[in-house]
Amino acid sequence: MGNGKSLFEKVWDAHAVRELSNGQTQLIIGTHLIHEVTSPQAFGMLRDLGLKVRFPERTFATVDHIVPTDESSEPFSDPLADAMIRELRKNAEDFGITYFDLSTGKQGIVHVVGPEQGITQPGTTIACGDSHTATHGAFGAIAFGIGTTQVRDLLATQTMAMSKLKVRRINVDGQLPPGVYAKDVILHIIAQLGAKGGIGYAYEYGGEVFDNFTMEERMTVCNMSIEGGARAGYVNPDDTTFEYLKGRPYCPGGDAWDAAVEKWRAFASDPDTVYDDVVNIRAEDVAPSVTWGISPDQGFSVTGTIPRPEEGETPAEQESIREALEYMKLEPGSPIKGTKIDVAFIGSCTNGRLSDFREVARFIKGRKVADGVKAIAVPGSQIVAKLCENEGLDQVFRDAGFDWRRAGCSMCLAMNPDKLIGDQLCASSSNRNFKGRQGSPTGRTILMSPLMVAAAAITGEVSDAREVFELTELSSKC
Amino acid sequence: MALDKITTVQGTGVYVPGSDVDTDRIIPARFMKCVTFDGLGEYLFYDVRKHEDGSDKEHPLNDPRFKDATILIAGSNFGCGSSREHAPQAIYRYGFRAVIAESFAEIFFGNCVTLGIPCVVATGDDIKVLAAAVEADPTLAVTVDVDQCRVFFGDQSFTVHVPDSARDALISGKWDPIADLLESADEVSDRMQQLGYSA
Repeated sequence: MGNGKSLFEKVWDAHAVRELSNGQTQLIIGTHLIHEVTSPQAFGMLRDLGLKVRFPERTFATVDHIVPTDESSEPFSDPLADAMIRELRKNAEDFGITYFDLSTGKQGIVHVVGPEQGITQPGTTIACGDSHTATHGAFGAIAFGIGTTQVRDLLATQTMAMSKLKVRRINVDGQLPPGVYAKDVILHIIAQLGAKGGIGYAYEYGGEVFDNFTMEERMTVCNMSIEGGARAGYVNPDDTTFEYLKGRPYCPGGDAWDAAVEKWRAFASDPDTVYDDVVNIRAEDVAPSVTWGISPDQGFSVTGTIPRPEEGETPAEQESIREALEYMKLEPGSPIKGTKIDVAFIGSCTNGRLSDFREVARFIKGRKVADGVKAIAVPGSQIVAKLCENEGLDQVFRDAGFDWRRAGCSMCLAMNPDKLIGDQLCASSSNRNFKGRQGSPTGRTILMSPLMVAAAAITGEVSDAREVFELTELSSKC
Repeated sequence: MALDKITTVQGTGVYVPGSDVDTDRIIPARFMKCVTFDGLGEYLFYDVRKHEDGSDKEHPLNDPRFKDATILIAGSNFGCGSSREHAPQAIYRYGFRAVIAESFAEIFFGNCVTLGIPCVVATGDDIKVLAAAVEADPTLAVTVDVDQCRVFFGDQSFTVHVPDSARDALISGKWDPIADLLESADEVSDRMQQLGYSA
């Protein structure tokens, strides 16, 4: 038995202020990220209490959820969206908070902006009124999604009350087969452990596959920790992490850089850490994955057959399958492959980064989106958009028949005009397939990797990207 | 700030079945285009309660027998998905004062406690019995006893689980932690410097 500590414990201990009377810990959150949807009420509460923002230099704002992706001049056509943007701008001004506004060229989805600015750093605590905050864990930060009252707590005190989580180590060892991406790894983990499997845990992802992953791939996995029920997920920081961060605007430079790296490296879990739970997954078992239901754990390989309700192990599970299939209008016992799609969406905080668009562009060059399919590509930030445009990727997408849009959350949660209509079925690189998630109360979502979305867009139906793009060992990136 | 000590919640119940009921279902994203939480109660479970033309679907909350219910009874992993506090705010503003479920998603659970909404965990079998009793008699008095970790209805009762921290916070009237958090401001300033977050 070792006495080693996990990164989670080290970061927790470093940030714990004291035990509160109810036994929870008062925890310092070093970096607070805010956006327009879950912060206005918190600022309202702060004003009602006559409080100020305690550390305005540690709060960073951007606008992402409600921004339209097809118009750039304000006021926007949606007056409610416009009011929310103006409110955030005012709050940032009133309280002296750094705001990556639309005019800065740095706006984007909060979980894309933090890393690309170098605000997200190893060994820190980060919180945001958004459940996908776990994304930042890719850097070896402990990052939590929080509610609006906690946003208020952070604004007022830079701390929040929290109970310590257990840590589950998830090892993925071996080599991922061709055509299998980070998105497939996390969809596979969620399908294995369930949507509530992670309740009470932080997930520590490791093993060969994560050692070899880029930062963007690590972010894709950490991002969907919450879909597995885990409030936080992280990867230990290593040279890949430091390489990514070096030279970013908010990272230390000059002599301070080496000291920072030394400090960050020490936060990594000790080799003799004893975890509360360990799960081992073989990379070879992960296939290009799709969901078939209305919960992210209702997923399987694209070669799978849509389950029959009677396959559920308990009456509750049988009822869940029945409910999901009725909503999804899918035929039990038939292959998921070949299911007609109406919309294809590539973007979101899960898969809206440069490497996602690069990878898809490599394969869609010279191909066309199928007739009748609406396909949109939405960069995760203005910087991602610019990097893509510098490489001409936007033109590749346009030539293939995609709409190339401006940065935002877009059709991941459809708080802007990008919505499904009626019971349209969307092949989506986003993170949730909940009922009505993409803006229509009867709209349907199948989650998959960006390349699988591209394959579906081109064929007009759920397809195996390995077949559509003739993926072999040689052509695959990994 | 003196907050109410929430030791028991008494009222009538309504059962909303299903597992993995996510916060998008509790409050669809399009109703979050607002800068206050006022009025959210109206949109609770909107898309599962209403047809697109605004007429009612069959749903327990549309059943007039349960219109005064203040205790929501639900399945497992209730409140999963988005961290939106709009979900518990909608539940509270609709009129619910406690939730009994097989299990709760973590962020949702924490958000509820901070608003003073007890969320208590019961076994699937106990929930079935309670749901059947409420269905048989919608006026049946249900008591969620946070202090004793028990739910009482008619002449029956069962044990529920409430994490100690949540139970203590509710029964001691400290479910909103802001006063506690503000107390250690000086220490927080020192630690922020030590950790390199502030100069």
